[in-house]
Amino acid sequence: MIALVEYGAGNVASVERALWRLGATTVRCPDGESLSGARAVVLPGVGHFRQLAAALDARGLREPLLTAARAGTPLLGICLGMQALYDASDEAPAARGLGLLPGRVRALPTSVKLPHTGWNTVRARGSSRLLRHAAPDAWYYFAHAYAAPAPAPHEAVTAVCDYGETFAAVVEAGTVMGVQFHPEKSARAGERVLRAFLEAI
Amino acid sequence: MVKGVRFIGLRDAGDPACLAARYDREGADEIVVLDVAASRDGRRTFLATIERAAEGLTIPLIAGGGIRALTDARAVVAAGADKVAVNTAAIERPELLGELADAFGVQAVVLAVDVKRRAAGWQVFARGGREPTRLEAVAWASRGVRAGAGEILLTSIDRDGTGEGFDVELTRALVDGVGVPVIASGGARRAEDFVDVLRDGGADAALAASIFHDARVSIAEVKARLARAGVPVRRDP
Repeated sequence: MIALVEYGAGNVASVERALWRLGATTVRCPDGESLSGARAVVLPGVGHFRQLAAALDARGLREPLLTAARAGTPLLGICLGMQALYDASDEAPAARGLGLLPGRVRALPTSVKLPHTGWNTVRARGSSRLLRHAAPDAWYYFAHAYAAPAPAPHEAVTAVCDYGETFAAVVEAGTVMGVQFHPEKSARAGERVLRAFLEAI
Repeated sequence: MVKGVRFIGLRDAGDPACLAARYDREGADEIVVLDVAASRDGRRTFLATIERAAEGLTIPLIAGGGIRALTDARAVVAAGADKVAVNTAAIERPELLGELADAFGVQAVVLAVDVKRRAAGWQVFARGGREPTRLEAVAWASRGVRAGAGEILLTSIDRDGTGEGFDVELTRALVDGVGVPVIASGGARRAEDFVDVLRDGGADAALAASIFHDARVSIAEVKARLARAGVPVRRDP
């Protein structure tokens, strides 16, 4: 049973359906209590970092997510959900991320059209579980204006994207994983990433 | 930075959900479904259509037409759309764009701008191209972006339905004038038209409807032509 965190920002239906198409069983989790017993957790995200951070607190999600992550329960953050894995974000300086990955999410540079909305490719760095089935020139759908840094070398960053700057597109630190793009909106390429996540469970 | 290329299948009549699924399979990068019904019953049908279209879709969906206020947009997003497109309502009240951006994120807000060439410049039309406004296209689009729009859906009314190709000059003017992605629409007939508007017009995406609905040109053909012209295109093997 995969826990799909639902915290009121955007709808989880697309992610839910994408997981169902791959044969997964999911349950929508609106609060920390509902996370117990989950074999894996998906943290989707559309919206503002401030909303997400507030929801983690208001819905008692913070501790259960941290506990699950430390216990080795596979966790996949998508888009804003990936950003929430970090310590903080410049989008909402006073808000706290989960702190599962060190670092701060920053705004993409204004030298490019923002937000970064559209399809783009990624460059793999090192071996990646999430991209194990991926074609190297696959395109993924992005929709964001903030991004996690990709300091090189950094073991956890397994793929980067170049748009204004080079930022983290895929992060994997043991069972804590994240993708900046939307795999549920990235056609077959996205499906392969979700399938790889399911295989990690 | 080179952006990927997107194709969007636009629906006029018939079953949008089936067409959306077909275009998804055929390699479209995004789907746009616009509501042309004026009645309330039509509105329910539209929301049901969005639900069905969104159900199996593995690419983003833009829904527009008749979105007058935040509540309309919420209904459309709840039905499964990833982005909402507004036109007349934003002209009447640009603050709506900011409200939508606050609710869904600026990347989910598309400002649809319908334009006709006039001696004095590019004139913006409201109400499905029927009502002239005093607005100039680039100025209005820029204002819309400042107000909260994250993307522009630019339709050349002059070219729409003519098969004479996209209005590359109009597209270039918008692309140079705003700092957000521009989707060009109106006039597509051949694969070559897409090369012109994406490469020369600088559009981030190009939209076509009838040529795909009627299967006169396939999405695969268009993408192959673009690839040969050196325009980066998404292939999804």
